[in-house]
Amino acid sequence: MGNGKSAGLSKLFTTTPWYVPVLFSALVVIYPFFATDYFIDIAFFFGIYALLGLSLNIVLGEVGLFDLGHAGFYAIGAYVTAILNTRYQIPILALLPVSALAAGLFAYLVCSPIIHLKGDYLCIVTIGMGEIVRLALINNPFDLTGGPNGVFGVDFPKLSPNLVIDSSIEYYFLVWAVVGLSILGLISLQHSRIGRAWNCIREDTVAAGATGINVRHYKLLAFVLGAGLAGVAGNIYASKLMCVSPESFTFWESCLMFCIVLIGGMGSIPGVLIGAAFISLFPEIFRPFAMYRMLVFGSVMIVMMMVRPGGFWPRKRGGVAFRSLLEDTGNGNA
Amino acid sequence: MAMPRRLADNDVVLKTTGITKIFGGLRAVSDFDLSVHKGEILSLIGPNGAGKTTVFNVVTGIYSPEHGDVVFLGKKITGRKPHSIVSSGIARTFQNIRLFPDMTCLENIMAGQHCRARSGIFSSVFRTPAMRREEERIRTVAEQRIAQVELAPFAHELAKNIAYGSQRMLEIARALATEPRLLVLDEPSSGLNPKETQDLMSFLKRLIASEDLTILLIEHDMNVVMGISDWVVVMDEGKKIAEGIPDAIYNNPDVIEAYLGRDEGEA
Repeated sequence: MGNGKSAGLSKLFTTTPWYVPVLFSALVVIYPFFATDYFIDIAFFFGIYALLGLSLNIVLGEVGLFDLGHAGFYAIGAYVTAILNTRYQIPILALLPVSALAAGLFAYLVCSPIIHLKGDYLCIVTIGMGEIVRLALINNPFDLTGGPNGVFGVDFPKLSPNLVIDSSIEYYFLVWAVVGLSILGLISLQHSRIGRAWNCIREDTVAAGATGINVRHYKLLAFVLGAGLAGVAGNIYASKLMCVSPESFTFWESCLMFCIVLIGGMGSIPGVLIGAAFISLFPEIFRPFAMYRMLVFGSVMIVMMMVRPGGFWPRKRGGVAFRSLLEDTGNGNA
Repeated sequence: MAMPRRLADNDVVLKTTGITKIFGGLRAVSDFDLSVHKGEILSLIGPNGAGKTTVFNVVTGIYSPEHGDVVFLGKKITGRKPHSIVSSGIARTFQNIRLFPDMTCLENIMAGQHCRARSGIFSSVFRTPAMRREEERIRTVAEQRIAQVELAPFAHELAKNIAYGSQRMLEIARALATEPRLLVLDEPSSGLNPKETQDLMSFLKRLIASEDLTILLIEHDMNVVMGISDWVVVMDEGKKIAEGIPDAIYNNPDVIEAYLGRDEGEA
């Protein structure tokens, strides 16, 4: 498609020069020292959405599986943290991996029987899955989830008895540290046989199988990892809000995560950050026009999909440096 | 090259016995036997709808047959999943090219090495030395294969952007990257111009001469069939109607009938 001029234009969006992540990290680090608590909290939720976007990006972006029930995994992580912390006083940070494992295990059990479904069929089943989780939470099974009111009194994360994460700025750094580590891990995965296998399945499932990729295994792995990361987001969210309730995990949340991945560009990590920024910051920026902000939000999304259907920052491929052989042929068409 | 070289029975690489595949009321393949011998190029020919591709899909695990067995290198592989058949050493291409269009040519070939690598989730996330070594090896194999099909200049081009003929060669290179013992090609020359077809034929000849490989192909272009096959099997309506060396097949009355129709009378 893109030759000549248009290739030059799209290059602007698809290449990631080294200073972009450096500047972005620097901005993340210094931002809270110049912002009020209110704006730090907005950036905290930007971080939560970034984490959720990254988690759905594994399933939707890398493997192309339509998952519109991702809020279900997020809810499992949040509730596991809230319940185990309030009942057994297990520290929040110790529950971080527990939430991830619980959400991952849940994804494994629920997705195993449905993993062979394609496209829209999988989409509908995952919507059902997300709704079942939410309805189950409302119905207060075994008196654990507190019904529509949810669970109250979730503790602060404690690094040590004296080092308690309880202010906005500390939560901000907690979530962005987790986002940073997740990004590093996910970039590694993108450039591994696992990341390639995921992309192959997205591109052509039959060909992936015929190329020796265990399609079922890698689809399930994506769901488990994606759910685990959503569980991590749930853990941080639960302790930040100090309470969890079913209304935080509605179908709308799943839709927002879906939008984050689509806006940014499927399978693109910088894209997820842009999508999450859009989802979390846009409603704040347009708060003065409260009545119309959802109208503008919707319109922007429509225009966005018409103008850049591949997302705002699609992933650029071909990061592996090609040595020897290309040099002989004169590096060709770079 | 036209010399028949059917070798002894213990040189059989792939053997199907009595495979039958039924779609609804249609017996697409019925009681089909096939033996492919080590080091040969075997062409499976027949009119459209004869069931050739169905046989390929049964052999490569995309379909599982109603009856019959597929034995590869002495092991029964009937009904195994495609990916496990690839690991056992059968690689294939498709009639309508199926690449990973939005991945680069090199990545397409690297995907072929997937089944020969074992790095798991933790070694991939933490990029352990073992994982880096393995990635290095995968890349080396992929670079060799892309050079072999003369597509090295397009290594970082997306697969969907290269010419049709190049896409065919890329698909073959991807199959070869799985380190197969049997290469199964579904109409490799379709859509190629005469020059490209000629190049493909000499490529396959060189391949079979230089590597420990056996080739099974479906082909419509009789020049290709006659030019490179050691053995030809003819199918019609799901059954094998003839097999033999190319020259014998060329003059076989049953084969001519299957392609051109019967004499008057019997519908």
